[in-house]
Amino acid sequence: MLKDVLIWLEGTPLAMMMSHGPFGFPALEMIHVTATTFVFGMIAIIDLRLLGLASRGSAVSDLYRDVIPLTWVAFVVAAISGGLLFTTQAVAYSMNFAFRMKFAALALIALNMLAFRLFVYPGIAKWDRAAKLPLAARLAGAISLAGWIAVVSCARWIAYLMI
Amino acid sequence: MAELAAWLTSLPVGQALRRLNWLAPWLQIIHILANGMILSAVVMIDMRIWGISRSQASVTMARRFQPWIWGALGLLTVSGILLMLYTPRRALSDLAFQVKMTTMGFAIAATIALAWALRSGSRAADGNPDRHPLTTLLATATLVLWVGVTLAGRGRWFVLMMNRIMS
Repeated sequence: MLKDVLIWLEGTPLAMMMSHGPFGFPALEMIHVTATTFVFGMIAIIDLRLLGLASRGSAVSDLYRDVIPLTWVAFVVAAISGGLLFTTQAVAYSMNFAFRMKFAALALIALNMLAFRLFVYPGIAKWDRAAKLPLAARLAGAISLAGWIAVVSCARWIAYLMI
Repeated sequence: MAELAAWLTSLPVGQALRRLNWLAPWLQIIHILANGMILSAVVMIDMRIWGISRSQASVTMARRFQPWIWGALGLLTVSGILLMLYTPRRALSDLAFQVKMTTMGFAIAATIALAWALRSGSRAADGNPDRHPLTTLLATATLVLWVGVTLAGRGRWFVLMMNRIMS
């Protein structure tokens, strides 16, 4: 049944326009890669701070306030452009190992972020300006950074593994 | 350009790389990650200059993030050169690559100019480089140019547009 849905998705006018039109896919790919690159860079600033490897003179909350809103905007752009790209070869992408791993990494990042916000961030007043943060914060930073490197890596490998 | 491409193709390092096909995706990954670091460092500096972020002075922000720009640029350059050596003829004749390199040249110049403007402005009478129009202009130009470099890196769309315009 899923395969039927994916085949239907590939046949929609929007998907056809993007996959067969002269500019749809390349333009979307350009936007998607740029947005994802930007998300990685911005998140890395927070993650490296959490790990105590950079920006140790800055409060975590200050960096969070500066970085997160823009990161969300870029993420939404990446998600929309990525969704549109997916429709052009939905069946092939769904069977692509690197594509599946990319989404597994994104799921891990989402869970990590949720856990950080719910259980670690509320205690920020105690360690906001500390050079070395609590283990839970450092772990969240490490998982996030590794997760986003995995997302970028898997995304690059998708093209090499397309059937 | 053809002679340069032929010479680059003949280099031992290029020949060695072409025997290691599996390395190309990893070099591309490093290239993309370095690009991301440059973009984010530029944005952090620019947000302070534009007044969106007020956590630290512009000069302090620049002093903190500019080393990231130069470090990431080093990674970008090394990985970019190695990637180019895989297929020098195709890379050098690619319009998008030429646009990317030109844009990167301007981006580096703008980044250096912004660093100079911030240092000069901090020694000025009012000690506040943020308000100087030149600093704001250079901050904007730097971001636009580095985003341009990123876009040109996936420049198939751009090449298609140019071919359509010229045909």
